[in-house]
Amino acid sequence: MTRFLAARLLQAVIVLAVMSFAVYGLIGLMPGDPIDAMIAADPELTSEDTERLKALYGLDRPVWERYLAWAGHALGGDFGHSRIYHRPALDLLAERLPHTVLLMGLAFALSVAIALPAGIFAALRANRFSDYAVNFICFAGISTPPFWLAIMAMLLFSVTLGWLPATGYPAAGDAGWPERLRHLVLPVAVLGLLSAGGVTRYVRASMREALRQDYVRTARAKGLSRAAVVRRHALRNAMIPVVTILALDMGALFSGALITEIMFGYPGMGALIYNAVMANDYNLALVGLLFATFTTLAANIAADGAYVALDPRIAFRAGA
Amino acid sequence: MVRTIAAAVLLVFAAAFPAAAKERLVIGMTQFPSTLHPQIDSMLAKSYALAMGMRPFTAYDPDWRLVCMLCTGLPTVENGAAVREKTPDGKDGIAVTYTIRPDARWGDGVPVTTKDVAFAVEVGQHPQSGVASAELYRRILRLEIHDDRRFTLHLDRVTFDYNDIGGLVLPAHIDRANFDAGPAEYRNRTAYDADSANPGLWFGPYRVVRVEPGAAIELKRNPTWWGAKAAFETVILRIVENTAALEVNLRSGAVDYIAGELGLSLDQAAAMEQREGGAWDFAYKAGLIYEHIDLNLDNPALADIRVRRALLHAIDRETISKRLFFGRQPVAHGPVSPLDRVYDPDLPKTPFDPGAARRLLDEAGWTNEAPGAPRRNAAGEPLRLELGTTAGNRSRELVQQVLQAAWKDVGIEVRIRNQPARVFFGETVSKRRFSGMAMYAWLSAPESVPRSTLHSAMIPTAENNWSGQNYTGYRNPDTDRLIDSIETELDREKRRVLWAKLQAAYARDLPVLPLYFRATPYVFPKWLKGVTPTGHQYPTTLWIEEWRAGQ
Repeated sequence: MTRFLAARLLQAVIVLAVMSFAVYGLIGLMPGDPIDAMIAADPELTSEDTERLKALYGLDRPVWERYLAWAGHALGGDFGHSRIYHRPALDLLAERLPHTVLLMGLAFALSVAIALPAGIFAALRANRFSDYAVNFICFAGISTPPFWLAIMAMLLFSVTLGWLPATGYPAAGDAGWPERLRHLVLPVAVLGLLSAGGVTRYVRASMREALRQDYVRTARAKGLSRAAVVRRHALRNAMIPVVTILALDMGALFSGALITEIMFGYPGMGALIYNAVMANDYNLALVGLLFATFTTLAANIAADGAYVALDPRIAFRAGA
Repeated sequence: MVRTIAAAVLLVFAAAFPAAAKERLVIGMTQFPSTLHPQIDSMLAKSYALAMGMRPFTAYDPDWRLVCMLCTGLPTVENGAAVREKTPDGKDGIAVTYTIRPDARWGDGVPVTTKDVAFAVEVGQHPQSGVASAELYRRILRLEIHDDRRFTLHLDRVTFDYNDIGGLVLPAHIDRANFDAGPAEYRNRTAYDADSANPGLWFGPYRVVRVEPGAAIELKRNPTWWGAKAAFETVILRIVENTAALEVNLRSGAVDYIAGELGLSLDQAAAMEQREGGAWDFAYKAGLIYEHIDLNLDNPALADIRVRRALLHAIDRETISKRLFFGRQPVAHGPVSPLDRVYDPDLPKTPFDPGAARRLLDEAGWTNEAPGAPRRNAAGEPLRLELGTTAGNRSRELVQQVLQAAWKDVGIEVRIRNQPARVFFGETVSKRRFSGMAMYAWLSAPESVPRSTLHSAMIPTAENNWSGQNYTGYRNPDTDRLIDSIETELDREKRRVLWAKLQAAYARDLPVLPLYFRATPYVFPKWLKGVTPTGHQYPTTLWIEEWRAGQ
């Protein structure tokens, strides 16, 4: 197990190093640097200002040179300051992270809470009306644009009924937890419902596959009840591919949900990373994207652990 | 019977407890300021927030007059507070003396003094401080401190806007230590971002008490403010980047008012007015956002003034304004807003006249061979131009389609080539990589001299590091001379004559096709009174102490 974890961690470090270079290079390849954008917005800027600012932000040097300088500092734990927010990139990340984890965590829980029973229910009633109904709702969820659902939810619950606030975060600083959670209802519901569609489909497909297996037939032949067979034999095996999908979703858990955050004015990481990329804020974009990559890799290692727990036939082995 | 009793009880309660004064105002806006430091970066969201917490020395008021806010009086040559002088190298310069208001105090009670001015100048002049536009600081040759309240700026040239210095004040008692610790790192250390709720950073009617990055800024009344007491104890700036969501927030009551400067689009506000006009008050202020089309004068077809004039004759801007913008956006005939005192109402105008457009194109050698086909010149080349703008900007894309059809009608084939804003501005426009026409907007200031956009020395090239904004490549020595003269003419009436000549030259040479002045929509709740849209770069919050919660 130790060798396995060491190998996976080494892989993760290599992936992170490659990702950092790729992200830095790709941002560098984007047309127009931040100072060019500043020139277009501020007629007062002169060529002297342009040169001064480019030198100040290091934009007068080649991308690879800037990357090496950044990587050197990053290895020493200094991830630099955000160019647009003038604050340490890690501090900004740390401020937004709890918001994102709260929003995405609740949405993830809601999604799983809906998808597991719905997927199992549909699989057990495959090709019957109730299965078709679940599938129809799933496809509606998968194909509904988040911004549309967000607006509709706001119009119904905030404007027409007046039950819930339209924003995902209270405006007043002294709002307590009940108020914060009340503000989270709509964004969590929108995110959770939308992602539940896809997860339900995975659970259904995986469960159907498991139900067709010989060991399920054997278990039934032994005289076990249908519920016991599903719970003890089918579900456990069906969860292996579902865990993979959920593990991949963990990256999104930490990188935020751009559209939902923007629609509900929620201060999460999605909008932060997006704005950083669009404004060529290398330090902030890199820290945000690398953190999302890291969490995805970590979640995958955790998923490997979950496989072992779910299926005793699987064992940790380096190079597997 | 029960209803009657209930109504009576309600009436008794209403009489006993008059409606509580509204103590909190939540303003919705689409942008979060990247920094609250007054000198670093220029961003409308920052100006909007800062205007509540600080006041500049000088600003344009809602009637577009330059006024003093932090000083006791506007220094002028006429009142003797501004005096012409020679610079150390023998050129014409000017010395301008300001006196800080005696009642100006930072939120922690420390008086605003000339130390704060000296600190602001030092920060502005330091090459590593991160100040975006350092033009004013370059012009300051020397700062002469007379006492705690009086100082003189010795400027390196005489220009008509010699007394317009904007902010120029920073809290030395709070932020100097951060600057002295390392000017190159000051922009990352400033208390404006690291300790925004420090009362010593603010001296306006409000001070910032909480910043929730990306979500909200909360301000409370500042007890050291010298002016009229602001009506609301708390003002919260609530950030919702999506305008549709912002509108829903307004309708649900989550925000009280949407900042006109950073809020709904014109069509969104107009649609809202049509749908539920009775519930809100609406105001549309056309000002200094000048929508236009830059023409690349290096394009052989566009180098011919007859073709440029034909392009303008062929489009019906009045109808575009009426149909697409509900008549709220006045047609522009030049870069100067009709609200500006130097606007010349008699400047030559190019009316919609497709017949004239066709005649001009014939004269220019572009003949029409077949209906619907582009005109061709003697060499057989088609009259085909590219028109680019910012992709995803619905208003501009709609205008583009109307213009394309109008130009096709007179035999000009226009191909649309839109790009994302960062590519369009960051590369295509700023490096003059558009082959024909580029449609976008300029934001200027009252009586803003168009040196950067019209002077021949301001054509961006690789040699000058792509600085300057004369993207059309317009070169006219007469226009250059007029720009130079306007800048240095101190007499208002003489300057107005020069401005008229400049506007006439612009209308004659047409380096740019003027379209219209963009209108900013304001949607007010019925109870909010006293907000006066300005139409220029100074936001309405600069007069927030006049805002009131009415009936």
